[in-house]
Amino acid sequence: MSKEKKHIRTPLTREQARELKAGDNVLITGTMYTARDAAHKKMVEALDRGEKLPFDPAGQVIYYVGPSPTKPGKAIGSAGPTTSYRMDAYAPRMIEAGSCGMLGKGEMGKGVVEAMKKHGAVYFATVGGAAALIARSIKKAEVIAYEDLGAEAVRKMEVENFPAIVAQDAHGGNLYVEGTKKYSKE
Amino acid sequence: MREISTDKIIKTVAELCMSANFELGDDVKAALKAAYEKETSPVGRGILEQITENAEIARAESVPMCQDTGYAVLFVEIGQDVKITGGNLREAINEGVRRGYKDGYLRKSILGDPLKRVNTKDNTPALIHFDIVDGDKLKIIIAPKGGGAENMSEVRMLKPSDGAEGVKNFVVERVRKSGGNPCPPVVVGVGIGGTFEGSAILAKKALLRQLGSHHPDPFYAAMEDELLERINKIGSGPQGLGGNTTALGVLIETGPCHIASLPAAVNMQCHAARHKSAVL
Ligand code: SF4
Repeated sequence: MSKEKKHIRTPLTREQARELKAGDNVLITGTMYTARDAAHKKMVEALDRGEKLPFDPAGQVIYYVGPSPTKPGKAIGSAGPTTSYRMDAYAPRMIEAGSCGMLGKGEMGKGVVEAMKKHGAVYFATVGGAAALIARSIKKAEVIAYEDLGAEAVRKMEVENFPAIVAQDAHGGNLYVEGTKKYSKE
Repeated sequence: MREISTDKIIKTVAELCMSANFELGDDVKAALKAAYEKETSPVGRGILEQITENAEIARAESVPMCQDTGYAVLFVEIGQDVKITGGNLREAINEGVRRGYKDGYLRKSILGDPLKRVNTKDNTPALIHFDIVDGDKLKIIIAPKGGGAENMSEVRMLKPSDGAEGVKNFVVERVRKSGGNPCPPVVVGVGIGGTFEGSAILAKKALLRQLGSHHPDPFYAAMEDELLERINKIGSGPQGLGGNTTALGVLIETGPCHIASLPAAVNMQCHAARHKSAVL
C-alpha cells in the first residue's frame, strides 16, 4: 500500500513549499504552467533583459512537459514529464523570480537544490511515460506564450488531483538518493 | 520478382506508427506484472501500477502511451526478389511516418538540424536501417524511440583485455548513472562487438527482441541474467525513487570484431518499449 496522499493546491506559498518533504505522495489541484528547454531559454533571456515573463511566476509550479497533440474532444494530448536535468541551468532563475515548484522526472542538480533551499521551493516527480493517465487529471490547457514552439509552447493548465511525489525538498531531502540507498542490495 | 506498391508501404508504415505508440507489447505488460509482485518499495509499486494503468488507457482510447512519441526508427528487410512499384521506397516510408504521426495525433519531435534546431513539423525524416535478405517479402519494423532514454545511452571502445567483466561493469555503471532519467523500469539493450557504429546498431537491434527471450549462445544468455540481477540490486528502482525494479530485462546482441577492439554499446529503453512489425 502506498502512503496516504496529501492534497495540495497550487499556486503554493514559500511556506507551503517548505512544508513538503521528500517521499510525500501528493495530489495537486490548481494551476500549473508548462515549459521545456526552448521556452525556458526564452524566459531566462527575457529576465536577463529585465523584461517580464509571459505569466506571473509567483508561487507557481512549472511542469516540464511537451504534450502530444490534442485529439478532438479532449483537454490535452498525452502529457507526461520530460527529463528535468535539462532545466538545471534555468530553474534557479525561475525560483528566484517567484516560482515555488518544478515538476518533471529524474533528479535535479545542486544549483537547483541551493535555490530551493534559499527561496523555498520543491521538486515533484511524476511518472515518466504515464502520459495518458496523467492527462486525465489535466482539465484545461491553453497556450499562453511562444506558440511557434509547438509542443514546447508555454501552456497554462488547470489540474485536478494530479499524482506526484515530492522527490527533492527545500531542506536537502532527496528521494533519489535516500530511496536508492534503502533498496540497494549491493 | 514480386511487386509491392509504395501505396501499400505508406499505409502499413502509418498504421505501425500509430499502433506502436498506442499498444504496449504483451511481453512488457507481463514483465511489469511480474515486477509488481516482487517490488518491495511502496512508492515503486505505486509507480508500476500507474504504468500498467496508463498502458490500458492508451490502448482503449487510441492515444499515445507517452507524449514523447519518439524518433521513428525503422528496420527494413528487403527480400532481393521484391520490386517496389509506384515510387521511391525511402520516400514512401517517410510519407507513412508523416501520415501516421498526423492521423494518430502523435508528437512531432524531429529537428532538421541538430544545432539550428528547427522542427520539421511532421516527424520526418525517419531513421531507416535497410537490409537485403533472401526471398520476396518486405519486412518493416518500427521502434519509436523517446529522447529521455536515448540520452542515457553510450558507446564505449573497451580494450580487449577488459573482457567480459569490463563489459558487464560498463553496462551496470551506465544504468546506475542514468538514475531516474530514462523512466525506469528500463530495458537495457547491449551490443558487444562490431565496430564503433556496429555496436550501437547491435544494441538497438537487441531492443527489438521480446522481453524474456535469450541470446542463442548460453554464455551470453547467462550474462543477460547476471546483468539483470546486478542492475536490480542497485536499488534505484521505478523512476529512480527507490526499489527493486530498475530493469525489466537485459538483451544482448553480439557480432564479430577487429583483433584490436572490444566495442560495447548500451542503448537504454524506457518501459514504453515500443516496437511493431509487418511483413508485406
Ligand atoms: S524515456 Fe520513454 S517513457 Fe520516458 S518520456 Fe521518454 S519516451 Fe516517454
